[in-house]
Amino acid sequence: MKFGVVVFPGSNCDMDMVYVLESIMKQEVVKLWHKDTNLQNCDFIILPGGFSFGDYLRSGAIANYSPIMEKLVEHANNGGYVMGICNGFQILCESGLLPGALLHNTNHKFICKNIHLTAITKNTLVTNQYSDNAVKIPIAHGEGRYHADEETLQELITNEQILFKYSDENGNITEEANPNGSLLNIAGVCNKNRNVFGMMPHPERAADAELNNADGKILFDSILNIVLS
Amino acid sequence: MSSQSTLTLATLDQAQEIGLRPEEFDKIKEILGRTPNFCELSVFGVMWSEHCSYKNSIVWLKTLPKEGPHMLVEAGEENAGLVDIGDGLACCFKIESHNHPSALEPYQGAATGVGGINRDIFTMGARPVAQLNSLRFGNIELDKTKWLVKGVTKGIGDYGNAFGIPIVGGEVFFDNCYNTNPLVNAFSAGIMKKGEMISATSSGVGNPVFIVGSRTGKDGIHGASFASKDITEDSIQDLPAVQVGDPFQEKLLLEATLELGKTDAVVGMQDMGAAGITCSSNEMSAAGKHGMDLWLEKVPTRQADMKDWEILLSESQERMLVVVHKGQEDIVNAIFDKWDLSCKEIGVVTEGDRVRYFMNGDLVGDVPCVDLVLGGGAPVYHREYSEPSYFEEWKKFNIDSIEQPTDLVEVAKYLTGHENIASKRWVYEQYDSMVGTINMSTNGPTDAAIVNLKGTDKALAMTVDCNARMVNANPEEGTAMAVAEAARNIVCSGGVPSAITNCLNFGNPYNPEVYWQFVGAIKGMSKACLKFKTPVTGGNVSFYNQSSVGGTEVPVFPTPTIGMLGIVEDKKHITSLDFKGKSDLIYMLGTSENNISSSEYLASYHGLKESPVPNFDLDAESELQSQLTTLIRSGVIESAHDIADGGVFITLLESALVNNLGFDITTSSEIREDAFLFGEGPSRIIVSVREVKEDRFLDLLKESKIPFSLLGHVSKGDIRIDDKSFGDIEEYRKIYTNSLESKLK
Repeated sequence: MKFGVVVFPGSNCDMDMVYVLESIMKQEVVKLWHKDTNLQNCDFIILPGGFSFGDYLRSGAIANYSPIMEKLVEHANNGGYVMGICNGFQILCESGLLPGALLHNTNHKFICKNIHLTAITKNTLVTNQYSDNAVKIPIAHGEGRYHADEETLQELITNEQILFKYSDENGNITEEANPNGSLLNIAGVCNKNRNVFGMMPHPERAADAELNNADGKILFDSILNIVLS
Repeated sequence: MSSQSTLTLATLDQAQEIGLRPEEFDKIKEILGRTPNFCELSVFGVMWSEHCSYKNSIVWLKTLPKEGPHMLVEAGEENAGLVDIGDGLACCFKIESHNHPSALEPYQGAATGVGGINRDIFTMGARPVAQLNSLRFGNIELDKTKWLVKGVTKGIGDYGNAFGIPIVGGEVFFDNCYNTNPLVNAFSAGIMKKGEMISATSSGVGNPVFIVGSRTGKDGIHGASFASKDITEDSIQDLPAVQVGDPFQEKLLLEATLELGKTDAVVGMQDMGAAGITCSSNEMSAAGKHGMDLWLEKVPTRQADMKDWEILLSESQERMLVVVHKGQEDIVNAIFDKWDLSCKEIGVVTEGDRVRYFMNGDLVGDVPCVDLVLGGGAPVYHREYSEPSYFEEWKKFNIDSIEQPTDLVEVAKYLTGHENIASKRWVYEQYDSMVGTINMSTNGPTDAAIVNLKGTDKALAMTVDCNARMVNANPEEGTAMAVAEAARNIVCSGGVPSAITNCLNFGNPYNPEVYWQFVGAIKGMSKACLKFKTPVTGGNVSFYNQSSVGGTEVPVFPTPTIGMLGIVEDKKHITSLDFKGKSDLIYMLGTSENNISSSEYLASYHGLKESPVPNFDLDAESELQSQLTTLIRSGVIESAHDIADGGVFITLLESALVNNLGFDITTSSEIREDAFLFGEGPSRIIVSVREVKEDRFLDLLKESKIPFSLLGHVSKGDIRIDDKSFGDIEEYRKIYTNSLESKLK
């Protein structure tokens, strides 16, 4: 499987993602510059975290107008895989490829810490190897409060589009375990066709055994599990 | 001043207004052989400011040890020191202050401090990998302090988070002496391949000079002069001297600069920090022994009609001056165009040593670069110093004058919740500590931050330390203790101390008692750095830090912050500070004395500030560290944690909190219980040992000469001392975790 990691001006988790895919998962991966319009035959495109265009105006709003985005939307509409992490998730919501929006955290502060997540649907390319146990994965964002209208939330539930919810370490979905005020504790969602994924937490920051936490690697294992079988 | 025509001759009044002394004005006239015009006076004024010239500190700074086996670039040679870390890699690192701007405008002041220190690193061609910071504020109950803490934290966070380099460690300390004048010291470290360094130099007659990055605005004008005078109630008039930061531009500048560094186009490059274009053009020219002509009207500006001297003195952020090999201009233009950054040819390298500034064809300034810079013609002063009377007076303190409180559980809880000891979670959770996926301390807390060198067996260890209360009590011993504590933190984490950078925060150098503190600090640093073989690679000096307390101006505690780099030679050596399991044995390495001098316990709980430093022996410290290294490499200990603020009790608590464990210990019958638990004597370490490894642990220790004692064992969650219950770990967790946040409300 060939991965592409898009680099916007201000992306800062692009190298972390490349490191995980290349050095830990042993996959072919290329960087795609935001001004490019050639996706280089990548099967799976990742929009990494960071502060694209400084997050000025609104997180992800300006990146949505980069030249590569037109091709990316085309790739997604043809069934190609796309995933956004953190700022990448914000961009995918801005582009309309994923439902909802990410608002300022309820405490109006940037929050960086380990939190716990529980996979809600395992019926996707990126979650199929998760169990019912909570996993520990860090967040690092100022605008991560997931918001959508009532109708959209209902659709997400009905179609099993909620990838992860914030939980306590025992998997209980509680208000105390919700770090940013996200509706229904939502930490990540996919689209109806289950080929576009987005999440605020950073699995790539929890995928290297040298950092003493590999709970995020399960996401990458899930991708390869489906592809290899 | 803005109506000043630059070509009229400058006056003594103007010279004094920008901070020059009458004899310095005379010296300028002598160097030029004529009276300078206003533009030239401004250039001299800023280059000879304390901030740029180190005129009142350089005599003593030169006495610091700067040679070491791993040094590739020594102090003062480039923007930052460079250390060989093996595997073909080099690390450059530096700490700098941004105290004065942060005192006026905490958000921008702190943000631009972060920006400035990182530019120092990547202008040398290194990619920053980790940041730390050392912050000091006044009384936490003051609204002004709360405003400063919130602004500084948000400024550091917003800038560093967007820039994308993790903050992996730091310290926060509160004391009345910082009420008006907080200290904001930012540290950054970067990695490059050995031999790929970009120098801050200029040579090759005819080579073009470029300004790249942000446009030049009116912010930060006279910032270096502002940083070279006392902070007072009137300092708010200097607000325009504070710069404004844009981390997005800095991120682009980083990527473009490193991309440029991979080409052969660059002769030399220097970032623009203090004194902007003036400083970079003169320092690069002096380093490369060439002259330079600059055409100021070509500099891209934010405002229309900026005056020549405004362009020269602007401290607008996120800019670099680059000298390029003639014929390679297209390479530079293409890279900066890719990153949508401004890139403009504004001058040319010339023969000789004159740096000449032109504005619309008029020569507005003509100065000899060597006479402007440190090590050239900049003034060098020997300041008088005298021992303050408090120094001997405080030594008279006797522990017997303090009655031991009957309820030590109450003391333990008080200290756990004290702002100088409680968790700094409220601060550091606003910083991205994990971007870059190199922070090995996130899931295994260590005394020094451990930074992974991916793809090698090695890691780096980094720490910033200074117990300013101890330095105030005894500048020489206190500073030696700060270096020792930094080294101890690195050794406890499994590393070997390699080199230091320093940030010397002091009061007014013209006050002989302040200067005595400065001289003492330098002497203490020298002897400790020689002992630990950690040369000083550079740093900065920040004088004129003082606060108004009770109507009188008092200098801040002398605060020589030590930023130390260490190398973990094998990641297997990394040792975290947390207790691992119930019934592991708890040992203390080193000796406790019946001493509570200069402890948080004495200063805050008893409110007694006048005491000396505890006894300190550099040889014993060095031996302790070397034996701990042996123990770690033999694999016989589960955790190691340096005893520092709050003493033995707080050290044990911090080790227990991580995994929800407790401890059961017995104190020594020869020492007062409060001194045993809360005294802050140096050269002590808490380690935990599994029972099955105890014999081997003891065999190794007995071979060494270091003192040690068994304190007790790790328990399931209750805290017991001398068979008395001190409560449950959960009670302490609530206090430790939440008190800073509630005090800041």
